[in-house]
Amino acid sequence: MNEQHWLVRPGTVRILWIVFAVVLILTVIPDFFIEKHASFPIENIFGFYAWFGFLTCVGMVLFAKGMSLLVKRKDTYYDD
Amino acid sequence: MINFPPGLILLFGAFLLPFIRGRGRDALVLILPLLTLAAIWMVPDGASVSAQFLDYTLTPVRATPVGRLFATVFAIMAFAGGLYALRQARVMEMVAAFAYAGSAIGVTFAGDLITLFVFWELMSVGSTVVLWSAGTRGAYRASMRYLMVHLMGGVLLMFGIIGHIGATGSVAFEPMQADSLANWLILIGFLINAGAPPLSAWVADAYPEASPSGAVFLSAFTTKTAVFALLVAFPGTWVLIPVGLYMAFYGIIYALLENDMRRVLAYSIVNQVGFMVIGIGIGTELALNGAAAHAFAHIIYKGLLLMSAGSVLYQTGERRLSHLGGLFRTMPVTAFLGIIGALAISAFPFTSGFVSKSMVTSSAAEQHMTLVWLLMQAAAAGVFLHAGIKFPWFVFFQKDSGLRPAEPPANMRIAMWVFAFFCIALGVYPAPLYNLLPFPVDYAPYTAGHLVASFQLLLFAGLAFFVMLPLMKRTLTITLDFDWFYRHFGALVGSEMMVRASQARRRSAVAAQLSAQRFFVGLDRYHGPTSKFASTWPTGSMVLWVAILLGAYLVFGFL
Repeated sequence: MNEQHWLVRPGTVRILWIVFAVVLILTVIPDFFIEKHASFPIENIFGFYAWFGFLTCVGMVLFAKGMSLLVKRKDTYYDD
Repeated sequence: MINFPPGLILLFGAFLLPFIRGRGRDALVLILPLLTLAAIWMVPDGASVSAQFLDYTLTPVRATPVGRLFATVFAIMAFAGGLYALRQARVMEMVAAFAYAGSAIGVTFAGDLITLFVFWELMSVGSTVVLWSAGTRGAYRASMRYLMVHLMGGVLLMFGIIGHIGATGSVAFEPMQADSLANWLILIGFLINAGAPPLSAWVADAYPEASPSGAVFLSAFTTKTAVFALLVAFPGTWVLIPVGLYMAFYGIIYALLENDMRRVLAYSIVNQVGFMVIGIGIGTELALNGAAAHAFAHIIYKGLLLMSAGSVLYQTGERRLSHLGGLFRTMPVTAFLGIIGALAISAFPFTSGFVSKSMVTSSAAEQHMTLVWLLMQAAAAGVFLHAGIKFPWFVFFQKDSGLRPAEPPANMRIAMWVFAFFCIALGVYPAPLYNLLPFPVDYAPYTAGHLVASFQLLLFAGLAFFVMLPLMKRTLTITLDFDWFYRHFGALVGSEMMVRASQARRRSAVAAQLSAQRFFVGLDRYHGPTSKFASTWPTGSMVLWVAILLGAYLVFGFL
C-alpha cells in the first residue's frame, strides 16, 4: 500500500476541484434564460438558490461551531 | 378475506423463529413480511372488524389509504431488514424486531384509540428488546433511558385518550383539534415518539447503541408511526409547523458536531421527521401527501444509510468518524450504495427524496408562507451538508485510516442493493408512490425550474462543506443535549439526595439507638437482677405475713 490510490493523488484532487467548479458554473447559467415560476419575489434574484444554499450552510456550520463552545464535552463524559 | 389485523402475522410469527433452525428460519424471516404485505392489501377498505371491550366498540381493523401506505413500507422494511440481519443478528433481536414491526403495522390499521394504544405500547417493548439484543452494557443502559422516555410518552398518551373518551364518549381514531387538555396530551404523546423537542435526544441516544441490524429496524418504525398518528389525528395543527422547523434544524446542527457515524444518521432522522411534521402542520392536501410520501421514501433511504453504516461497523468494529476514513478502497460497493442513500436523503434529483420532500416545500409556497419556505430551503441545503456529504465523506474518503475491511456478507449487500434500487426507482418513476397517497396527486416534480433550483441549492451547499472543512474536523467529543438533565443533572440530584438521605438515616439511627438505650436502662433499673421487682423476698417476711393473715382470721372468727 505504498502506492497512493489514484483517487487521492494531488493531481486527481485538483482535477476534481476543476470539474466541481465547472459544474457549479453550469448550474447557475440556466438562470439567464430559464422561465421561472417563482412563488416568491426573492426567487427572481440571480442565482438565488446558489448563494442562498451556500450562505445558509456557512451560517449553520458557524452556528454549530459557536454552540460547540458551550455544549461540547469529551466523549467519555457520561461514562462511569 | 382477511378479518384480523395484518400486523399480527408478523407479531405472532416472530415467536416461531426460535423454534426453527438453519434454512427454515431464514425462509421464515423472509416469508413473514411478504405474507404480511399480502394481507395488508387483502384487507377490505374501511372498518371491517369490530369487537366489544368494556362498554366500547373497538375497530381493530380499519383500512385507510394513508394507513395502507405506512403499513406497506413497514412490511417492505421488515423484509429488507430481515434480509440484512439474516445471519448476523441474534434470534432474540429478530423476534423483537418482527414483533415491533408487526405492532407498528397494527397501529396503521387501528380504527380506535384503545387498539392504537395497545399496539403503541407493544412497540415500546419490542424496540427496547431490539436495543437490548446488542448485548453491550452501553446498549442496556441506553435501552433503559429509551424505555423511560417512551413509557412516559405512553402514560401521557393514555391520560389523553381517557380524557378524550370521557369528554366525547367516542373511542374513534379520527381527526381532532388540539383544543382541550386531553387532546393536547394525545398530541404530546405522539410528538414524543416523533422525536420532537424537548425530548428529541432519545433518538440519537438510543439508536446508535443498537446492533448493526438493530439500528436499521429501529430507524424505521417508532418515529414514522408517530408521523402516521399525527397525520390522521392532527392535520393542519399550526403548532406542528414551528415544532417541525425546530426538529429540522436541531438535527442538522447536532449532526454537524457529531463524531459517531450512526449518531449523525440518528440526528438526521429527527431532521427528516421535522419536514414531515411541518407538512402535517400546513395541512393542505399537497402538504399531507408530501408528508406521507416523504415518510415512505425516508424509511427506505434511511434504512439504506444505516445498513451502509452498519456494514462498516460490522466489518471494522469502529463507529467514530475520527477513526474511520478511506474505506472506499476495500468497500466500494458499501460506499457506492451508501452514497445513493445519501443522495436520496438530500433530495437530489432522480432519487426518492426529490419527489417527496419537494411536495412539502411546494405546499408552503402555495400557502405563501415565506418564512417557513425560506427556512425549509435552508434546512434542505443543510441536509446535504450534515448527511448527504458528511456521512460518506468521513467514512469512505477523508483520510486513509489504514483500515482495510472487506465488503460485508452477501445477504447484507443484497439488502442494500434492494433499497438502493427503490431509492432510484421511486425517484425516476414516482407514479406508484403517488398512487398510494391519501389524496389525488396533481404535482409534477420534474420541471426545469425545480431541477435547476435543486442542483444550485445542493451543489453550493456541497461547496460550503468543502470550504468549511477545516471547521468540520472531527474531535473525540459529544454534544450535550436535553438528555443531560436525566443522565447527569438527575444523577447529581440523585447523589445529593443519597448524601442527604444517608445523613438523615444516620441521625435517625442515632436517635433510635438513644431511645432504645434509655428503654433498656429503665428496664434494667426496675426489672433487672438488682432491681426491686427482681430481688428475692426473705422467708421471714413471708412467715410474718402468713402469721398476720392467720391472726386476722382468728380475730374475725371471734367477732
